[in-house]
Amino acid sequence: MFFTYLYRELSNRRKQTAIIATGMALAIALVIIVNSVAGGVKAAQSTVLQSVYGVGTDITISQTETPSSTGGRPTFTFGSGGGTTSGNSTSLSQSSLSAARGTATFADSALAKVEKTTGVKSAAATLSLQLNDFSGTTTQQGTSGTTGGTAQQQAPTGTATGAPTGGQGGGGFGGGSFSFDQTTVSGVSVTADAVGPLTSVSLTKGRTFTSADAGEHVLIVDSSYAKTESLAVGDTKKIGSTTFTVIGIVKSTSSSATTGSDMYMPLDTAQKVADLSGKVSTIYVSAESSSDVSTLKSALEKTLPKVTVSTESDLASSVSGSLSTASSLVSNLGTWLSIIVLAAAFLIAILFTVSGVTRRTREFGTLKAIGWSNGRIVRQVAGESFVQGLIGGVAGVIVGIVGVIVINVIAPTLSGGAATTTAGGAGGGTPPGGAAGGTAGGAEGGTGAGTGATGARFGAQVASTATEVSLHAPIAVSIIVIAVALAVIGGLLAGAIGGWRASRLRPAEALRSVA
Amino acid sequence: MYSLKDVTKTYVQKKRTVTALSKVNLEIPTGQMVAIQGPTGGGKSTLLQMLGALDKPTSGEIVLGTKTVSTLGDSKLADIRATDIGFVFQGFNLIPTLTALENVQTAFARSPLSRDEQKARSMAALESVGLAERADHLPSELSGGQQQRVAISRALVKEPSVLLADEPTGALDEATRDEIMDLLEGVWRDRGLTLVIVTHDSSVARRAERRLHLKGGHVKDA
Ligand SMILES: Nc1ncnc2c1ncn2[C@@H]1O[C@H](COP(=O)(O)OP(=O)(O)OP(=O)(O)O)[C@@H](O)[C@H]1O
Ligand SMILES: [Mg+2]
Repeated sequence: MFFTYLYRELSNRRKQTAIIATGMALAIALVIIVNSVAGGVKAAQSTVLQSVYGVGTDITISQTETPSSTGGRPTFTFGSGGGTTSGNSTSLSQSSLSAARGTATFADSALAKVEKTTGVKSAAATLSLQLNDFSGTTTQQGTSGTTGGTAQQQAPTGTATGAPTGGQGGGGFGGGSFSFDQTTVSGVSVTADAVGPLTSVSLTKGRTFTSADAGEHVLIVDSSYAKTESLAVGDTKKIGSTTFTVIGIVKSTSSSATTGSDMYMPLDTAQKVADLSGKVSTIYVSAESSSDVSTLKSALEKTLPKVTVSTESDLASSVSGSLSTASSLVSNLGTWLSIIVLAAAFLIAILFTVSGVTRRTREFGTLKAIGWSNGRIVRQVAGESFVQGLIGGVAGVIVGIVGVIVINVIAPTLSGGAATTTAGGAGGGTPPGGAAGGTAGGAEGGTGAGTGATGARFGAQVASTATEVSLHAPIAVSIIVIAVALAVIGGLLAGAIGGWRASRLRPAEALRSVA
Repeated sequence: MYSLKDVTKTYVQKKRTVTALSKVNLEIPTGQMVAIQGPTGGGKSTLLQMLGALDKPTSGEIVLGTKTVSTLGDSKLADIRATDIGFVFQGFNLIPTLTALENVQTAFARSPLSRDEQKARSMAALESVGLAERADHLPSELSGGQQQRVAISRALVKEPSVLLADEPTGALDEATRDEIMDLLEGVWRDRGLTLVIVTHDSSVARRAERRLHLKGGHVKDA
C-alpha cells in the first residue's frame, strides 16, 4: 500500500512533484558545477604555482621588495652616437639584465642555514632575472645633428617618453618605431634536481645542466620562447654583452602551461652577468614530511627573520590574473549562489509539501479515522517528499554533469601569474611607437625640443610570466554523492515538516469540511 | 456494546465555550440499529466522534465492549479504530488518487493478514456491494452511490463490531438513498453488528430499531 499510494500521489500531483524536483535539480546542478569549477580552478592554481615554483616545493623563501628611488625600473640611456646611423635613420638597441621586478635579492648564505634546519629534505636557490631588450629606429628631420634619446619604460603598461635632446640647430624628431621586450631568466642550481623551477619541466631537446656547467655561459630555453625567438640547441643568444650557448629546450610537464621562466642559466653565471654576486631571490624548500610544513615554516622564520617564508597555501593567494578572478568568483559568488539556491529549493519543497498536507486535511483525517497511525501517515508524507527530492537530485546530477562537460568542452583559458616573480599584467601588444608620433619641431626653425613620441606605448611582453591554463573541471564521485544526499535531506526535511503537520491533524477532521 | 456516563464535550473557541454534549448518559446494546436525529448544531456529529474513538470527551466515561475508550491514549485509540470500528461519511471520503480496490485496502491499517489475503478480501467486499467490475476505477469515475458503496466496503472489510455512519445518504438522491439504506440494513441484519446512523432524513430514521433525538447537547429517546 505504501508504494502504491506513494506512486499514485506523485503521478497524480505531477505539477507539485515537478516544481519540487526542478527546484532541487537546479540547486544540485549548481552545487556540482560550482564544486567542479572550484576544483578546476584550484588545480589550475597549483599548475601555475608548479610552473613557477616547481613540483614538490613545500615552502619558498623570498624577500619582499623594498621600494627604492629607481624602483627596479629598467632605464635605457643612449648617449650621443649611441646608435647606428644610416642615412636619416638611427637604430638604437640595448639590453639590460636586472633582478626581476617585484623581487628583492638576499645573500645566498641563507641557503646553508635553510639546509641545516631540521625538517628540510632539500633546498635550492634561484635568482630571478629580467632581461629588458630595447630596440628601435628614429628618423631625423631637417638638418643633420646627432639625435639622442632617452626612453623610459614603466611596467606594466609601458609608456615611453621619447624626448630628443641635443638637436643642434633644428634637428627635429621625425618619428620612429620602438620595440621593447621583457624576458624572464632564472639562475638555477646546476646540481639540485629535487626541488626548484626545473622540476616542473621536461626536456624536449638537448641536455639539462650538469655540475660542469657551473659558471659556464650556457642556457636552457622554454620551448615556446625558443619558437618565437627561433632558437635551437647549439644556437647562441646574446644577453647583455655576454654570449650564451643554448644546450637544451624544455617544456612544462603540464601541457596547458608554459614554464615559469623563458630561459634558465646556471646560478653563478646569472649572479655574475647581472652583477649580483652572492645574491639569490628565492630558495625552494621541500619538507621531509608534508604534514610538518607549518612547523617547518615557523622554524625557518625563526632562523631567517628578515625574509618571507611562504607555504603553498600562502602562495595560492598570490596567484594573480584571470585565475585569481575565477577563484574568488567561484569561492564567493559560486558558493553563496549555491547556498541561496539550495535554501530556496528546500523552502519550495517545504512550502509545497505543507500546502499539500493542508489541501489533503480531509484525506489524512479519514485515514486516521479508519485506523491509520500517526507514524504511518508521517511515513507516507515523508516518503512522497523523499522521492521528490531524489528525482530532483538525480535530475540535478545529470544536469550538473552535462554542465561540467560543457564547461570542459569550452575549456575557458585562465591566465595566472605568481605575484612574487612577475610584474603582473600583460601589456597590450606592441603598437608601432613613433609611427604616430612626431610633431615636426624642426620645420619651425628648430627649437630642438620636438615632443616626438610622447605617450607612445610599448607593449611590455611579459606573456611568458603569466601562465596560461585551460580550465578543466573535474567531477568527483564524492560531490555527486553529497549532492544527491543534499537533495534527499531536502526532501526528508520537507517531508518531516509536512508529516509533522499531518500528524497534528485531528481524526475528527474527516467528518468536517464536506467536499 | 456502548456505555456512556455523564459524557460532556466542550469546545473552546476564541474565549467562547461551546458545549456540544452535556452530561450524556446512554446505553447501546450489541447488535442494535440506532438512528440519531436532531437540529443542526445539536451535537450529533460530536456524539458520533465519541462513539468512534476519534476524540475523547472533556469529562465522563465511554466504555466500548470492555475497553474504557475515554482513558486511552492516541495510539490505543487508533488501534480501536483500526480493528473495532467502521466509519461511513456523508462525503464518502475516498482517497482521490487511489482506485476503488486500493481504497478498500487502506482499511487494513493493523492487520496480520498477508497482502494477497487483504487484496482478496477487499475484492470480495467490493463484490458484495456489486462493484467488482469497478475495482480499478478512481473515485472520480464513479457515481455518488457507487462511491458510498466503496466507502461501505472499506468500513466493513475489516469486519468491525460497530459501524458508524454520519449522514451516509445526505449527498445522494432518493433512489440511491434507498439502495444504500437497503445495503446497510442488509449487512446489519446479516452480520449482527451495532449500527449507528446520524441522519436528518426521517425515512432513513424510520428503518432503525431505536431513534435518539439530540438537541443542545442533550440526548433523549424519541
Ligand atoms: N472542532 C470544533 N470546534 C469548535 N466547535 C465545534 C467543533 N465541532 C463542533 N463544534 C460545535 O459543537 C456544536 C455541535 O456540533 P456538531 O457538529 O456535533 O453538530 P451536528 O448536530 O452534527 O450538526 P449538523 O447537523 O449541522 O451536522 C456546534 O455548535 C458546533 O459549532
Ligand atoms: Mg454533523
